[in-house]
Amino acid sequence: MTVAVPTTLDEAVRLFAAEPSAMLLAGGTDAMVEINDGHRRPGGLVIALNRVSDLRTWRHDAERRTLTIGAGVTYSELMQEPIATLAPALADASRTVGSPQIRNAGTLGGNLGTCSPAGDGLPVLSALGAQVRIVSAAGERAASVDDVMVGVKRTSLKPGEMIAEIVLPVLDGWQGYAKVGVRNAMVIAIASACLVVDTDARQLSIALGSVGPTIVRCPEAERQLAAAVDWAALSVPSDALDEFVGLVSSASRPITDHRSTADYRRHAVGVLAKRLARRAFTAGERRS
Amino acid sequence: MSVVEDTQTLRAGTIGDSPARPDGISKVQGGYAFSSDLSADGCLFGATLRSPYPYARIVSIDQSAAWKISGVEAVITADDVPGQLTYGLISQDQPVFASDVVRYVGEPVAAVAALDPETARRALDAIVVEYDERSPLLDPETAIAEGHELIHPDGNLIRHQRIVHGNPDASGAVVVEGTYEIGMQDQAFLGLEAAIAYPDPGADGVELHLATQWLHEDQGQIAACLGVSDDKVRLVLGGVGGAFGAREDISLQVHTCLLALRLGRPVRMAYSRAESFLGHVHRHPATIWMRHHADAAGTLVNVEARFVFDGGAYASTSSAVLVNGITMAQGPYACPNGQVDGYAVRTNHLPCGAMRGFGAVQACFAYESQMDKLADACGLEPQEIRVRNAMRTGDTLLTGQPVMNVAPVEECIRETAALPLPDEPVGGAPLGDGSPNVMKLPGGAGRTADTRDIVRGIGWGVSIKNLMYSETFDDYSTARCRLTDGVVTLKFATAEVGQGFITIAGQIARTVLGVDEVVLDQIDTGVGSAGSTSASRQTWMSGGAVDAACRAARERLFEAVGRSYGIEPVRFMIDGTDVIDTAGDLRIPVSEASAGLEIEETVEYHHPETEDLDELGQGNCHTAFAFVAHRAVVDVDPELGLVKVIQIATAQDVGNALNPLSVVGQIEGGIAQGLGLAVMEEIIQIDGVIRNGNFTDYLLPTFLDMPPVLTTLIEQPDPHAPLGAKGVGEPPCISSTPAVVAAIRDALRQAGIEKPLNRVPVRPADICL
Ligand SMILES: Cc1cc2nc3c(=O)[nH]c(=O)nc-3n(C[C@H](O)[C@H](O)[C@H](O)COP(=O)(O)OP(=O)(O)OC[C@H]3O[C@@H](n4cnc5c(N)ncnc54)[C@H](O)[C@@H]3O)c2cc1C
Repeated sequence: MTVAVPTTLDEAVRLFAAEPSAMLLAGGTDAMVEINDGHRRPGGLVIALNRVSDLRTWRHDAERRTLTIGAGVTYSELMQEPIATLAPALADASRTVGSPQIRNAGTLGGNLGTCSPAGDGLPVLSALGAQVRIVSAAGERAASVDDVMVGVKRTSLKPGEMIAEIVLPVLDGWQGYAKVGVRNAMVIAIASACLVVDTDARQLSIALGSVGPTIVRCPEAERQLAAAVDWAALSVPSDALDEFVGLVSSASRPITDHRSTADYRRHAVGVLAKRLARRAFTAGERRS
Repeated sequence: MSVVEDTQTLRAGTIGDSPARPDGISKVQGGYAFSSDLSADGCLFGATLRSPYPYARIVSIDQSAAWKISGVEAVITADDVPGQLTYGLISQDQPVFASDVVRYVGEPVAAVAALDPETARRALDAIVVEYDERSPLLDPETAIAEGHELIHPDGNLIRHQRIVHGNPDASGAVVVEGTYEIGMQDQAFLGLEAAIAYPDPGADGVELHLATQWLHEDQGQIAACLGVSDDKVRLVLGGVGGAFGAREDISLQVHTCLLALRLGRPVRMAYSRAESFLGHVHRHPATIWMRHHADAAGTLVNVEARFVFDGGAYASTSSAVLVNGITMAQGPYACPNGQVDGYAVRTNHLPCGAMRGFGAVQACFAYESQMDKLADACGLEPQEIRVRNAMRTGDTLLTGQPVMNVAPVEECIRETAALPLPDEPVGGAPLGDGSPNVMKLPGGAGRTADTRDIVRGIGWGVSIKNLMYSETFDDYSTARCRLTDGVVTLKFATAEVGQGFITIAGQIARTVLGVDEVVLDQIDTGVGSAGSTSASRQTWMSGGAVDAACRAARERLFEAVGRSYGIEPVRFMIDGTDVIDTAGDLRIPVSEASAGLEIEETVEYHHPETEDLDELGQGNCHTAFAFVAHRAVVDVDPELGLVKVIQIATAQDVGNALNPLSVVGQIEGGIAQGLGLAVMEEIIQIDGVIRNGNFTDYLLPTFLDMPPVLTTLIEQPDPHAPLGAKGVGEPPCISSTPAVVAAIRDALRQAGIEKPLNRVPVRPADICL
């Protein structure tokens, strides 16, 4: 086994093209666990990405209202200003990840590379409609994050492709992330949800974690609630909120495993959806 | 005649002071060598092949491919065990290696030694074992009901014991009943199992450096399996990173020695976390039915109970855990009548044995849940019903055994109640912008709740724990004290597993002998047994032995001084660091008095004999008892089922706090473990296969889950204890669990929700669905 330590994205892409079976290593907080558990044995080449400065930067384009985050940006960085203001839900999600040590090492690109339905960054990327810039020796392509995530720990990345950047819209409107675990920190989500409100477009989106093979979107619930919101007052009738909860729960596709039950997960995403909506909007009178 | 001034000031490092522990700074700085840090030049690395099936017949084991791997030095199976093929703490029913049948997932089948760990791992992969899978026995009730195939020659029932006391048909105006379940908890010590074995030249003996709780018990079991006499196996304690019962049974000891003796080279074995979950025994899961009868005022009349402990595949200490559980059925309460039926059974689950609290934990969750039901039925507050029934010295257990120790149960409850409730509101003091501090809400970093979603509840738990071993077991301790030139050297085989015995041993010597300098010799089998570091017994037993050895040395010192000055030795005493004549003016420093002397005394300390239980469970089977009360304040999110423990208040019967800081350390640590069992810690097995044998999914409380603990030490020196000091290790984890659960029930009730919560750990779905 050899470890390559490229310093530019071009170099990394070239190395990867030459050996598409190589293992990419960012913060290593997923990869090393898999190796230690014997689930993965890097045979040939490991490409360490943490010296690739292109991957470790982010930029804000005020005109286009986008935030572009390199795949190698860590959670600790995502929690800080100005990212915390530009993408508050991403900062919320980052704060829930692991412990300070994990947040200092773990990256957003690694979260997507692993593509666990419990990845805390992923519901946020989905709710924001993030675009992923993917590079390979063949060039560059963009894909929506929902298209990158295809199954439990499965992405649509082809051999030799790596995630370079993730592009997010900077929106006006409330956004937040909430995650249920059986411990008050350092815990894998057994259910999570991200709500993003776009007051300009008068739209909202909600994405759920740990209740399906990949992140689950709830288009019906999104339409229903957006239609029920009084956008001037940013309030929502309380019975519309109840309906929203029902639609979110029924959009989820949870399983029962050693961490929790399908029933609890379905229930929990509904409660999270309600509470996020309650933080975003004031709950008004019932519609009569 | 001189008057002895009682200055009331505590000399540094003596009993009652809290000197820094000798291992403290190096542990905090990361320099301390745990057993897993041991290594030796040229040592080989051992690894263990384990069964993937809960129950299967071994058809064949083909080692040939493993031997072909370069760097593989040895592959051993049951055929290579020269001595006894099985071991065990109470009955020797567990094979060193499974040969015909595997009985749990993780059971050792073979071991290898190789030049490096990676080669050892590949060698394991190369061993081909053909299994014939059988359908596992997983339901304890099936094990009790006769008729199922015996999964072990010793039978499916490990022990059945009844207790019948007084009039078992007695009843009262109030009857409450419930069935309670306790999940399988892991000790989860942080220092993983590790050992290194050095073969003697000629390979007829071995020296094993390891982390264990009881060097001499290991020595005997290892020697028997190696087929050598005990003196051919010398054990040295390596750095132990916690134990909690999980190091009482043999894990890698015999395997490591076998490999080292076979190869004539040092061999090191070290478990990973995943392997550790398979390699040691766990807390017994239990199902407990109880029916309490009381009069209208809430005074207990009768306790009926049925206990079923799932012992897993091998007996370990199940029969003793069972007796602890059933003999504590009434809790720390006086009760004249009772009838208890208890079973410890064998299944194809992971083997269970000792864990902090040892049977008393399971019983306590049941009887304390019952006491709350009784309080409700009688219209009493939780602490009122407990004070009303509180056990006192002289009261008897359902075994007929009178409790002759100090029994300040009522004081524990009253002093706990006197501790202030938290003054912070739900969500803590608001942040600068007025928002609540999410880290103080249930759900914590997950930001699941707003203050309005939360209700706060209060719950109680009170418990009794027996100290030392029971049922005729003579778990004595040995200590040697050497005094020369004012320096004391202590030698004992007491396993220091983090509890701090090495600190108090020095304190005892300084107090008894008036020295400042105490040297601790290596902890090994070069001196008599100290018994196990378990059952809250080492302060009492090894403390008693050190105390007695130091007193014996002091007698010799007084004799020597007496000879020099022509004074009767009985007139001497130690005052501070001086020997003084209580009937004259002589005062000389101990350092001077002991100059040139070579005093050495070795003493065994035994506790009074105990009895076996008879057919009806009657007999003075226990040695001594300690008590504690806990009050938990818990914030609950009823809709999501998440909780945050806000505060635990406790008053504990400690007898005499030899080292108050150590006592508080035990109390806080034990409460963390009790909290873990209450709300998150459980080994999940599905069809006999462990599903969460790692710290990703076996959740332990973190710093954020652990509340502030308010502690009052109830110091009533116990006249039966050598230093007046009771063991303090186990009680904190026993009743903190039911206290937390009771607080959750109380919070839910305030939200208008009645939930039985008759199972621990309480899962979110148990609260909200
Ligand atoms: C103790 C602990 C706690 C944790 N807690 C959480 C938690 O609370 N929430 C959570 O979501 N996760 C958690 N994780 C998992 C992990 O920290 C995150 O998934 C993290 O985002 C992974 O990032 P990384 O940089 O460490 O990735 P790595 O481990 O380096 O890589 C992960 C995967 O992504 C691939 N990869 C890396 N970079 C790229 C790239 N640029 N392009 C394509 N593929 C790439 C790698 O090949 C690998 O398959 C935890 C992990 C640990 C050890």
